[in-house]
Amino acid sequence: MIVNNQEIEAKEDSTLLQAASAMGIVIPTLCFHEALGPHGSCRVCLVEIVNGARPGLVASCTYPVEEGLVVETNNTKVLKTRRIMVELLLARCPDSTKIRGLANDLGIAEPRFDKENESCILCGLCVRVCREIGINSVGFIQRGTNREVTTPFQKPSEVCLGCQACAFLCPTGAIKFEDVAEERKVEKWKTSIKLQRCSSCSRPFFPEPLQLYLKEKELLVPENIGLCEVCRRKSLGSRLASILSRKSTV
Amino acid sequence: MQRIYNLQDLDDLRAEIKKRPQGKAITIAVCNGTGCQAYGCGKVTQAFMDEVTKHGLDVEIKPTGCHGFCQSGPITVIHPDGIFYQRIKPEDVGEIISETIMRNRIIQRLLYEDPLTLEKITYEKDVPFYKKQMRIIFGNNGFINPRNIDDYIAIGGYSAISKVLKEMEPEEVIGEIKNSGLRGRGGAGFPTGVKWEVCRNAEEDQKYLICNSDEGDPGAYMDRSLLEGNPHSVIEGMLIGAYTIGAPKGFIYVRHEYPLAVKNISFAISQASEYGLLGKDILGPSFSFDIEIIRGAGAFICGEETSLIASIEGGRGEPRPRPPYPAQKGLWGKPTNINNVETWANIPLIIDRGADWYTQMGTEKSKGTKIFSLVGKINNTGLIEVPMGISLREVIYEIGGGIPGGKKFKAIQTGGPSGGCIPAAMLDLPIDYEGLTAAGSIMGSGGLVVMDEDTCMVDVAKYFLKFTVDESCGLCTPCREGIKQMLHLLTRITEGKGKEGDIELLEELCQAIKDASLCGLGGTAPNPVLSTLRYFPEEYQAHIKDKRCPAKVCRPLIRYQIDAEKCVICGLCIESCPEGAIASEAGESPTINLDKCIKCGICLDTCPSEAIIVQ
Ligand SMILES: Cc1cc2nc3c(=O)[nH]c(=O)nc-3n(C[C@H](O)[C@H](O)[C@H](O)COP(=O)(O)O)c2cc1C
Ligand code: SF4
Ligand code: SF4
Ligand code: SF4
Ligand code: FES
Ligand code: FES
Repeated sequence: MIVNNQEIEAKEDSTLLQAASAMGIVIPTLCFHEALGPHGSCRVCLVEIVNGARPGLVASCTYPVEEGLVVETNNTKVLKTRRIMVELLLARCPDSTKIRGLANDLGIAEPRFDKENESCILCGLCVRVCREIGINSVGFIQRGTNREVTTPFQKPSEVCLGCQACAFLCPTGAIKFEDVAEERKVEKWKTSIKLQRCSSCSRPFFPEPLQLYLKEKELLVPENIGLCEVCRRKSLGSRLASILSRKSTV
Repeated sequence: MQRIYNLQDLDDLRAEIKKRPQGKAITIAVCNGTGCQAYGCGKVTQAFMDEVTKHGLDVEIKPTGCHGFCQSGPITVIHPDGIFYQRIKPEDVGEIISETIMRNRIIQRLLYEDPLTLEKITYEKDVPFYKKQMRIIFGNNGFINPRNIDDYIAIGGYSAISKVLKEMEPEEVIGEIKNSGLRGRGGAGFPTGVKWEVCRNAEEDQKYLICNSDEGDPGAYMDRSLLEGNPHSVIEGMLIGAYTIGAPKGFIYVRHEYPLAVKNISFAISQASEYGLLGKDILGPSFSFDIEIIRGAGAFICGEETSLIASIEGGRGEPRPRPPYPAQKGLWGKPTNINNVETWANIPLIIDRGADWYTQMGTEKSKGTKIFSLVGKINNTGLIEVPMGISLREVIYEIGGGIPGGKKFKAIQTGGPSGGCIPAAMLDLPIDYEGLTAAGSIMGSGGLVVMDEDTCMVDVAKYFLKFTVDESCGLCTPCREGIKQMLHLLTRITEGKGKEGDIELLEELCQAIKDASLCGLGGTAPNPVLSTLRYFPEEYQAHIKDKRCPAKVCRPLIRYQIDAEKCVICGLCIESCPEGAIASEAGESPTINLDKCIKCGICLDTCPSEAIIVQ
């Protein structure tokens, strides 16, 4: 393949994005995450295929590499179209720092379109990560301009673990979790999750369903079960201290 | 029914059907398509049956699928002469039997009258609507009772699959389809033979076929009419595809709002299965194929092939990135060949009569015929089948009978909601894939909407964008956000709030949406805007610069006034105005209070002396 005038070899079954990244070429992305399946929704990662049977702009995060492709990741057409994608998203979410940052990088100060006041760009990362861990607590509803991500029937989720993976991946910070007293609250999913108390200091600290989930998947280190972060550190500390003091007395 | 085990059985059955006593001298074909049903053809059909029994006549009453000229329904054609009666009521039936059938007399009142020449026309073949058509696919509807497989066999049905099984290797079938030049009738016009070849060559044991009859374009109903009127032609096409590609299972995806199509195709599948033409060991021991019907919920996007596949799998009807194409990885990840209803219906004909015959019709790169639905400001509306390459002029003025009310033709919109508008100056454009694309439109699935001089092209573009905004799945940014912003811009322009730079911004958006969208919905949605910008720039300018709507359609930009010279001071408009916006000083002609006027146009319709003017 030829990418930006440079001849390269790419692994079979990889995408144009992966091939370009391997060469150190940076292509901005919003809806892509290497651990999750392709989605191709934001269209920020566009590149141009300039030869072959189907020339034109394609989303590099979903397009598979192909023998003999000639690809340009940064030409005028790519930049112009990418700019409009970001400009459209900025009009949708003018308060998102991530989108603003991307817009600044592309030289957009203010969108020329009618502004809205959304926080979510519908990239679907939250939906896909939740599906990936096998919980499926959120999904898309409606279509077109009414499309949203939400819980089934827009009611509090019965299965959310409170793991915050969605919030961690969300590019716009649209999902916010907050621990209040004995509950972990997430407004976007209209859901509260009960927190379990630390077996040592009895501070509520860990979502109960997440504890069960991790147990089931055997992902917990047995001696840490039930201890909050601080107590875990303390217990580690006291163990280390005792080892060290034993050493020094020898 | 007796099962058909091999090719000889089928030939014997065909010979036997042709000899049956029902091959009566006179057949009355009564259209029972969805259009004619709305006009009450059910009662008409029953009345025919009752009359025939009453008189003990040797006449067959054949309920058929759509004949295309639905506006004149209920329609009846009396064979063998082809006497064409239209707008028949149950009360007319007794007279038809006693006069036409028993005394050979034509009933003038029931004949079609050419609106241009006012001439009464007796025979179907002379009706101008049909004259220029070439109904190789759709014409059979008039001779078949879709609920009777024997009717289809009688006109040569299932002989193409026999031929294939008897003497053709799959590669030969692909060769024949390739040579015929057949291109997909679902919109994109991809060469069917090439598609079949890719799917045949895909190395997998399980493969699938799909018949796409989602038909989401508003106003389009050719696929519905084929499934309703000639379902076995679609089944036979799929059988040939199944043998060629090596797919043991097929699906027909049809929208739930097509109850008659669902009924007729289900009926046809069960009849074909009883004969052994579907299922295991079809016409011999080595070929099996099953068809399952899937009913769609009616979202436009589910006509797009990857969404349709997702929908069959039980997921959200949403597109997937291509590649991989369905022919490589389709339904449940298996190679899948998907074709449109009309494409499938072309296959048996091509096999039966050969690619050489087929390529005589059409243009260099678009062969055969195409069924269109002709609607809008035109005298004759309905479904038409014409050879590729026919000119817009012939369709509009000869088949369509011109524009009603002596109005001027302004533009024709082709290809459904994401097609483009072609102006009067291009009336001689030949209709084929290349011609339409070069003109900034598309073939699409075959919608033709005729517009007259009273149409505002900015308003038209806005109308189609509203459709795509509603039907976009909302997955990708350009289509979801971009079309919405285009609609905002157009709405402002039609409200007189357009400003300099709007056209450039629209153009920029159109290009980006076309280039960047994930699927064909977004990829073609800007066409109505691009084509109207290209052919009617002055109309956009009038709205933006002069705050004027030349066609007087955009309400915020028009004003109603009374011409005192023409006014006969009858006072009717004063009474008619729902807002009380019209008043008169004693004895004077009235005036309209523009602050109160809501521009409903009621006074315009009421005034007996054309004194109300719109500016
Ligand atoms: C938004 C959209 C809607 C479509 N709707 C239909 C449809 O209703 N019927 C159809 O046959 N093809 C439709 N298509 C085209 C299909 O994706 C596909 O190309 C076609 O079924 C292939 O069959 P063909 O090769 O026989 O045309 C649609 C495409 C798009 C992008
Ligand atoms: S909430 Fe965040 S992660 Fe989820 S779709 Fe919206 S922007 Fe993406
Ligand atoms: S182009 Fe429109 S319909 Fe197609 S995937 Fe994108 S949002 Fe959905
Ligand atoms: S209806 Fe016409 S003619 Fe009568 S008063 Fe009104 S404008 Fe005059
Ligand atoms: S990152 Fe490729 S489409 Fe979003
Ligand atoms: S339904 Fe009767 S002519 Fe179309």
